[in-house]
Amino acid sequence: MKGYLGVDVGSVSTNIVFIDEQGDVKETIYLRTCGQPIVTVQKGLKELAQRLPENTVVRGVGTTGSGRHLAGVVIGADTIKNEITTHAVAASYLVPGVQTILEIGGQDSKIIILRNNVVSDFAMNTVCAAGTGSFLDQQASRLNIAIEDFGPISLKAKAPVRIAGRCAVFAESDMIHKQQMGCALPDILAGLCEALVRNYLNNVGKGKEILEPVVFQGGVAANVGMKKAFEDAIGVSVQIPPYFNVMGAVGAAVLAKDAVKKSVPTRFKGFAVADINYHASSFECSGCANCCEVVEINENEETIARWGDRCGKWSNALAKKEKIS
Amino acid sequence: MKVTFPHMGHMWICLKAMLQYLGVEVVVPPSCSKKTLTLGTKHAPEFACMPLKLNLGNFMEAYELGADTIIMAGGCGPCRFGYYAYSENEILKDLKYNFNLIVLEPPEKHFSEFLIKIKQITGNRSWYQVIKGIRFGFLKAKAVDEIERLSFKIRPRELVAGSTDMAFQQALAEIDRAKTPQELIINIEQAKNIMSSIEIDQIKPVLKVGIVGEIYTLLEPFSNQNIERLLGKLGVEVDRSIYLSEWINDHLFMGLIKKMSNREETCRAARPFLNHFVGGHGEETIGSTVLYSEKGYDGVIQLLPFTCMPEIVAQSILPKVSEKLGIAVMTLIVDEQSGEAGLLTRLEAFVDLIAQKKKQKEALA
Repeated sequence: MKGYLGVDVGSVSTNIVFIDEQGDVKETIYLRTCGQPIVTVQKGLKELAQRLPENTVVRGVGTTGSGRHLAGVVIGADTIKNEITTHAVAASYLVPGVQTILEIGGQDSKIIILRNNVVSDFAMNTVCAAGTGSFLDQQASRLNIAIEDFGPISLKAKAPVRIAGRCAVFAESDMIHKQQMGCALPDILAGLCEALVRNYLNNVGKGKEILEPVVFQGGVAANVGMKKAFEDAIGVSVQIPPYFNVMGAVGAAVLAKDAVKKSVPTRFKGFAVADINYHASSFECSGCANCCEVVEINENEETIARWGDRCGKWSNALAKKEKIS
Repeated sequence: MKVTFPHMGHMWICLKAMLQYLGVEVVVPPSCSKKTLTLGTKHAPEFACMPLKLNLGNFMEAYELGADTIIMAGGCGPCRFGYYAYSENEILKDLKYNFNLIVLEPPEKHFSEFLIKIKQITGNRSWYQVIKGIRFGFLKAKAVDEIERLSFKIRPRELVAGSTDMAFQQALAEIDRAKTPQELIINIEQAKNIMSSIEIDQIKPVLKVGIVGEIYTLLEPFSNQNIERLLGKLGVEVDRSIYLSEWINDHLFMGLIKKMSNREETCRAARPFLNHFVGGHGEETIGSTVLYSEKGYDGVIQLLPFTCMPEIVAQSILPKVSEKLGIAVMTLIVDEQSGEAGLLTRLEAFVDLIAQKKKQKEALA
């Protein structure tokens, strides 16, 4: 089998998908990043290699997510793309004709508006509405319920309570207050979903024209309570695509397929990447008062990438003339 | 008297030139850095915007180098910048820094009001001398802006990554070095030669983006995380809606020098969308967006520090401008946060968006 890999290294999860020549998704892997992107990517590749038939040929690799550059140098990517572009690519690939994408991940929230299959506008959280996924996660664990049960429980709400959605700190103290008053758990959870949706629409959506079909994706789309809150707020039905939680990776794989179309050989270093010893180290540059923390990625003993310097003194020293993104 | 002033991009080159020409001793604060911001955020109120915090850090760092007098711009109107000089001075007093404060308020009626303030610093020098000094500073500001414009054009086309950044620093040093207007003419030539020696790809297609918004965050690269450089590296030619020399001409010389792009013209362009002064550069933000769209730019990015009121007003009007004129607009709010990954993601996605739009437009044509 021949195919393409897409790797999405996000703040909360790391996702890897494998699509075949026809573009059908064959394998998906969803792992928690746990603050260790390199190790997680290696683990994911190892798992994927075991799942795929032995004669599999990887013809191209794409990376995305906030860890895209890191993942890109570690596994050898043919294309490194930001998560907005990959999410749009994946959504219009899996849901043809989509016009609005609501995306809430672990750290960032975004809205993407497509018209005639082309991204015509997008917005990402600026100073607020960040970390919605992480916040839901945290509240679930504070209330001692599994995050998977969050949505189903909230659907049982009879009268959702009003919770301040302006910021997470306010929301949490408001929730605690409602708890102490004796409100029922489903009502509180449903109220929280409504508050988060309100915040999203005000801070990210900002009056953008939401036309059908509307797709809701990202890790938070697993929460049926959030889906219902969205439908109630915008008054149209919201679709959750297959692979909604690995959309970035799907998009990256589709882009990788395009990138190697002109029969350029892939840069993929092979599944053996899982066994290479990668080592990240950092030092503080003393060149100026910025005291930048420069991070070095070493493959065995060789430095393959550096970043973190504001002035480019260190990163430019290793920069190759040809760029891949 | 050792005079210092806050940083705002390359303004120090022109202020230093003016003051030194008039025989005033100058202490240029170390350029804005993580240390400046740390000092500033430690002592400034949390709800103040980033410019105040960086100013404060600048003064504290300059004090360590022996400065004893601050020159700072004032202002009036809905933007609270007008009281920054005074509140910064109060904070410094509480911290037992002994500074003299001279606030240059923008002249209400006539340019002479500005001259009187300058005389406070320069003492018994003749009016003729003072005017010559101001002119010298202004010439430097113009030179710096010219070099910067060149760098915007060259950076997206450079063949060796980072070569523009290096040449730009050398060219700036060249302009800074000139001691007299006569010397400056030669040094400007030299600086231009340095810039034109960068190897570029002449035929590379580039995208064009205009940057609009609040003046401090536009001019100070530390505050906007070097957005112009990041965009240049993504293959985008940028232009900025406010250059220092234009601002000086508009606000201190009251538009004395003609043939420069000026505020009135920009504000006129904003009329269909915003017909009222909202403080700061809110009107200019809207007007410049309209002008960039007329000039065929592919997109506009608005920059503002968190909590900046005039820009929030402009921000809420921009979607209408974008819709009416069909130009892509993105707003970026900057604050203490220094993580580059988030900014880069937004910039990359914006560049992807305008590249796609351009392709679509070309396919239709």
